[in-house]
Amino acid sequence: MSSLTDLSMLELAAKLASREVSSVEATQASLQRIAQVDPKVRAFLRVDEPGALKSAEASDARRKAGSPLSALDGVPVGLKDIFLTEGVETTCASRVLEGFVPPYDATVVRLLKEAGLPLVGKLNMDEFAMGSSNESSAYFPTHNPWDLTRTPGGSSGGSAAAVAAREVFGALGTDTGGSIRQPAALTNTVGLKPTYGRVSRYGVIAFASSLDQPGPMARTVGDTAALFQLIARHDPLDSTSADVETPDCLTGLEDGVRGLKLGVPREYFAEGMDPEVAGTLRASLEELEKLGATLVDVSLPHTKYALATYYLLASSEASSNLARYDGIRYGQRAKDARGLKELYTQTRGQGFGAEVKRRIMLGTYALSAGYYDAYYLRAQKVRTLIREDFTKVFQQVDAIVSPTSPVPAFKLGAKVDDPLSMYLMDVYTLPCNLAGLPGLSVPCGFTQAGLPIGMQLLGRPFDEARLLRIARAFEREHDFFRRAAPV
Amino acid sequence: MPLSDFQTVIGLEVHAQLLTQSKIFCGCSTAFGAEPNHHTCPVCLGMPGVLPVLNQRVVEYAVRTGLALGCTVKATSVWSRKNYFYPDLPKGYQITQYDQPICEWGELVIDTPSGEKTVRVRRIHLEEDAGKSVHDAAASAGQSLVDLNRAGVPLMEIVSEPDLRDADEAVEYLKVLRDVLVYLGVNDGNLEEGSFRCDANVSVMPKGSTTYGQRCELKNLNSFRFLKQAIEYEAARQVDVLESGGKVDQETRLWDVNKGVTRSMRSKEDAHDYRYFPEPDLPPLLVSDALRDSQRQSLPELPRAKRTRFMSEYGLPAYDARILTAERPLADFFEACAKHVSDAKKLSNWFLGELSRLLKEEGTPISALRFTPAQLGELLATVEKGTVSANAGKDVLGEMFRTGRQPADIIAEKGLAQVSDVGAVEAVVDDILAKNVGEVEKYKAGKKSVYGFFVGQVMKAMKGKGNPGLVNELLKKKLGE
Repeated sequence: MSSLTDLSMLELAAKLASREVSSVEATQASLQRIAQVDPKVRAFLRVDEPGALKSAEASDARRKAGSPLSALDGVPVGLKDIFLTEGVETTCASRVLEGFVPPYDATVVRLLKEAGLPLVGKLNMDEFAMGSSNESSAYFPTHNPWDLTRTPGGSSGGSAAAVAAREVFGALGTDTGGSIRQPAALTNTVGLKPTYGRVSRYGVIAFASSLDQPGPMARTVGDTAALFQLIARHDPLDSTSADVETPDCLTGLEDGVRGLKLGVPREYFAEGMDPEVAGTLRASLEELEKLGATLVDVSLPHTKYALATYYLLASSEASSNLARYDGIRYGQRAKDARGLKELYTQTRGQGFGAEVKRRIMLGTYALSAGYYDAYYLRAQKVRTLIREDFTKVFQQVDAIVSPTSPVPAFKLGAKVDDPLSMYLMDVYTLPCNLAGLPGLSVPCGFTQAGLPIGMQLLGRPFDEARLLRIARAFEREHDFFRRAAPV
Repeated sequence: MPLSDFQTVIGLEVHAQLLTQSKIFCGCSTAFGAEPNHHTCPVCLGMPGVLPVLNQRVVEYAVRTGLALGCTVKATSVWSRKNYFYPDLPKGYQITQYDQPICEWGELVIDTPSGEKTVRVRRIHLEEDAGKSVHDAAASAGQSLVDLNRAGVPLMEIVSEPDLRDADEAVEYLKVLRDVLVYLGVNDGNLEEGSFRCDANVSVMPKGSTTYGQRCELKNLNSFRFLKQAIEYEAARQVDVLESGGKVDQETRLWDVNKGVTRSMRSKEDAHDYRYFPEPDLPPLLVSDALRDSQRQSLPELPRAKRTRFMSEYGLPAYDARILTAERPLADFFEACAKHVSDAKKLSNWFLGELSRLLKEEGTPISALRFTPAQLGELLATVEKGTVSANAGKDVLGEMFRTGRQPADIIAEKGLAQVSDVGAVEAVVDDILAKNVGEVEKYKAGKKSVYGFFVGQVMKAMKGKGNPGLVNELLKKKLGE
């Protein structure tokens, strides 16, 4: 243990509790680490040093006064720039929102503030969360701390990279088609996409409303569970928020996998997977078996339609959700537009990047008169079939195990000109979003070249605690999370 | 074929603002007339990241309306997004109900010259209003301003089938519908402030045809008069087009209030493609049996039923009954007064005459009346007995209206009681006849028209307080009739 920033969130929380370190010291360590490595990693769009230190001082003061504290009080974290932060510029990594300072906090941001976590800054992402490599950020790409020539994945790549590079102890991301799990897998971190409706979307800039879900990203399963418990709350401001109790994911975390039935979907182990990823996954499955789990061969027959379904539905919703960025009320407005139509076309033409425009056009087309039945409606029907696939399988098994990403981190620039191959990065993660299920990625090994590989666990609705327990059983057998990125 | 060989076909789409305190998807006030953008929050401003939360009162009002119109209230309906760009539409889409509205297939009975007519109501759906673009204020600076106070105000759209056959029927339908909504307490019926608005779909077809002609949608009809004028103008225009060998284009037309014409706003070619799809931020709208039942139980007696009852219970003519039942507070007050009088028709005359005039002139709502039903009953009884004349009674009512004082006190103070003393009246009659010997001779010579002159002189001498019956009786006696 070389430095304060190498601690897990729970380890730091213990040291804060024993007064061995203060929140201000931890926050300063985090800020110093950012100053040291972020010029190379480029995970942060904005660092809020005064805000973070003020919050850390407040946490220390509460601790000194003996006030009630949350489990992670004083532990500094970062936020994907998709979360609205009152008084702190929020751009969703888009030019169209440049200069936008929200007048209110997202519900999850409020919850973290109430729990006393210093919010260190806003993390880079693919513009409006559209992308799998962070390269569609309007500002700059983020680099993978394990190999700076490679992508950390996307769209929560900034969050993953910052956690992996020890710049923050944990972070929040959002997952629409795999945007938490895929970058977690590519950076040796843990990422949890909760059940749809488990975590409030209020104040989270919408990409695809029926798929988006905020979630925690951290270095260990325990940290992920602790962070998850702070944000899993029913929110009356989100009509799709589930009115269920906050789960206790920490109590049974060490209970192991003995007696659990784990489904291995044959469609997820088909062609296209990197051989090193495939080999590592097989070894991991054997390990789970040794730990007492029973592996069950299962089938999710509609998996092959998931990618097309996802891109139709997500793009349709995005085309509508992004209509509000019109230059009328906030963000950037085209300077020399004459007349209303020009104002719209120029503002949107200048403000949105290529990937965002591609998806707006795709969604607009899919929803337009004469095509709705053939595309959007058809996709909704297939979505139902995909959901039913999972419902059937979960009658036989307790969770599903698969790779998270078909390949390890790829080179920056390798796929930017080939959107379709970029879309294939989400092939294992997005069926989970279509079905609204919880999904988790946990580190399960490294390639010969030292690139992280992730294992994905999918569960029944609201069964996050079991996924965390399985992930923890696996994590306990390894020291992956102790291995620091070479940045 | 002349105009008279064509049949006009009309369907109405009515937008009624629901009388809720707060907006449909957030807690902002719906009060009219606030400073621009005063009643706004991140949700109704369409800020990034915001989500709608449904105001349950809106659902109650829609269910209430649906039940009153005999609609099927759907246990499950669905919110949709209607996508289009406009500066006063903050999210770039309107949340509305599209293929699965909350209520379907009801009806409204109206009166026509040829009797009762049942107009089918195809659907009732809920939606949010948009904001308002203001072009005048900053036009000199080349700017337009946007006021989003209205954005998110709850609207109910009531769509009729094309069952209406002329402008008068359309106006009647709109009036009857307005009265029902106001009765239900779901809408204020205010056309001027735009809380009750109407679009009309108008087409013409040769009489006897069973196929409807191409329709045009008329917008901007914010009064009953404009509705009538616009439909009549548009029907004639379409007949002209057909007569001259053209064809009517499907388009949206605006009623130009100043010129009294409809003009094209947009054609089918540039009609919007709204790209409707189910709103992912809102779950389907569920109406429970309990909500439906409680709304059904609390439905008030509606204008038409009340009118029928007024005719049977009070023996009133249809005309009176309709006016008295058009507004619920007036009907309620009438019924309260009727308990204190013996002749409901006479009461109705006072309501339709003097009281209506006072209410209108003073702009006073029924709820603010200062006198009680018992006081009005007492006044009527006083007039009936002849203690005051009908004319003096009007003065008394005026004073009651302004001050709420007792009629007896007002009569006493103003000395309005009629003189019914035979001796006193006889003295005046004798005096007048003595002073006008010439006129008396003319009368006796057969010029009976002079009689009115004598009455007038007697009344003038008595300052209007002579009992008219007694005056007549004595005059005729003295004149030897």
